[in-house]
Amino acid sequence: MFDIPKEREVPFAGVTPAPVGEQPMMITGNWRTYRPVIDHEKCNLCMNCVIFCPDACWQLNEAEEEVVWNSKYCKGCLICVNECTTAALTKTYELDFEDGVVRLEKLF
Amino acid sequence: MAVAVKTQTLSPIKKIRSVPTEEYYVPGHRTCAGCGPALQYKLVAKAAGPNTIFIGPTGCMYVANSSYLCTPYAVPWIHAQITNGGAVASGIEAAYQVLIRKGKWEGELPNVIVMAGDGGSVDIGLQAMSAMMYRGHDALFICYDNEAYANTGIQTSPTTPYGGNTTFTPPGPAIPEGKRLFPKDPPQLVIGGHPAVKYVATASVAYPVDLINKVRKALNVPGPTFLHIHAPCPKGWKFDESKTVEVAKLAIQTGMWVLYEWENGEFKYQHKPKEYKPVREYLKVQNRFAHLTEAHIAKMQAFVDAKLKAPGIPVEIPVPPPRATA
Repeated sequence: MFDIPKEREVPFAGVTPAPVGEQPMMITGNWRTYRPVIDHEKCNLCMNCVIFCPDACWQLNEAEEEVVWNSKYCKGCLICVNECTTAALTKTYELDFEDGVVRLEKLF
Repeated sequence: MAVAVKTQTLSPIKKIRSVPTEEYYVPGHRTCAGCGPALQYKLVAKAAGPNTIFIGPTGCMYVANSSYLCTPYAVPWIHAQITNGGAVASGIEAAYQVLIRKGKWEGELPNVIVMAGDGGSVDIGLQAMSAMMYRGHDALFICYDNEAYANTGIQTSPTTPYGGNTTFTPPGPAIPEGKRLFPKDPPQLVIGGHPAVKYVATASVAYPVDLINKVRKALNVPGPTFLHIHAPCPKGWKFDESKTVEVAKLAIQTGMWVLYEWENGEFKYQHKPKEYKPVREYLKVQNRFAHLTEAHIAKMQAFVDAKLKAPGIPVEIPVPPPRATA
């Protein structure tokens, strides 16, 4: 009835595959205007950023003993900067970075 | 004759470092930046673990997460209409009980969790929630309270506080305070009218370890349980998105939100401040209360004071047990 390409076909009753680790169909990294920047020297691994991030964009790297930021999904809400106990996190304009998000590459 | 159902036991955690690292509510969802409900969803999913089924009645956590067929749930999730979150949970739980009884399901009974908003639990979805608790299904009903119908554009709900500026209660010359009514108290509603419920608790995103322990305790208790989770909404309450946790903390420090758990008739309090701050401090950080005058704030303070002191509404002394002999 509709001319739908094979890969865009929707299964019966809206069943969707469960994402593993991340949902790459909804990349939210291009939402932010500020970016949290971590100073690993000051960080005492209090884990506040890991626990309070609504998007799970801070994760502890057990081997390296440091927290890792996920630039692909961070929306730039800066809860982590606000909750950081040692002021290791600071906010910086997104456009100050070489790889800063300027625009959507393609519409979604 | 019911067969003893094997259920899971989830152990409590003590500190922030022992929070499980696995994510079952993965990054890649279109909730607003700094979303309180998304934060509590992440923590609840972490606490419940992989053997979980979420029921999502219509609300922010359905609309903003699962549209266009991409969902952030790494565990089974089903959408229910806003009216029937409790009914769908009842059906799923009853089906698993039958499968286990007939030997067709080898594993443990999954954690059935309803993640309903304040509208889906104590306003539109009240009958289904009440019926689930009346019938005694082994499910956890979570009301994440962002105090408005936020996904449709911040309309007032029964848990919106007095004086809240929403699109249905705009302040104006006729009604200067915006919302004139005082909010419902969902945990007291559940405690008061549902004898099958043995565990009810309130939690807040500001105290994640407490929240995770309460979710785990509620899942370990057989029978229906209820959790009321405070989840600030930066868009609806009109505050800066980085202040979500700060506002949640202020709510507890001013007495606008009380953390307690109720188990078999006994109240226990957590993170109770030694001295409550004036309510004004909580109101001034949110623009939805920006129009309130001194008289309105005094009325609000009186309401909070009465709520904190009143007998029956969170009481300090344990409720006496019923007499053994008639």
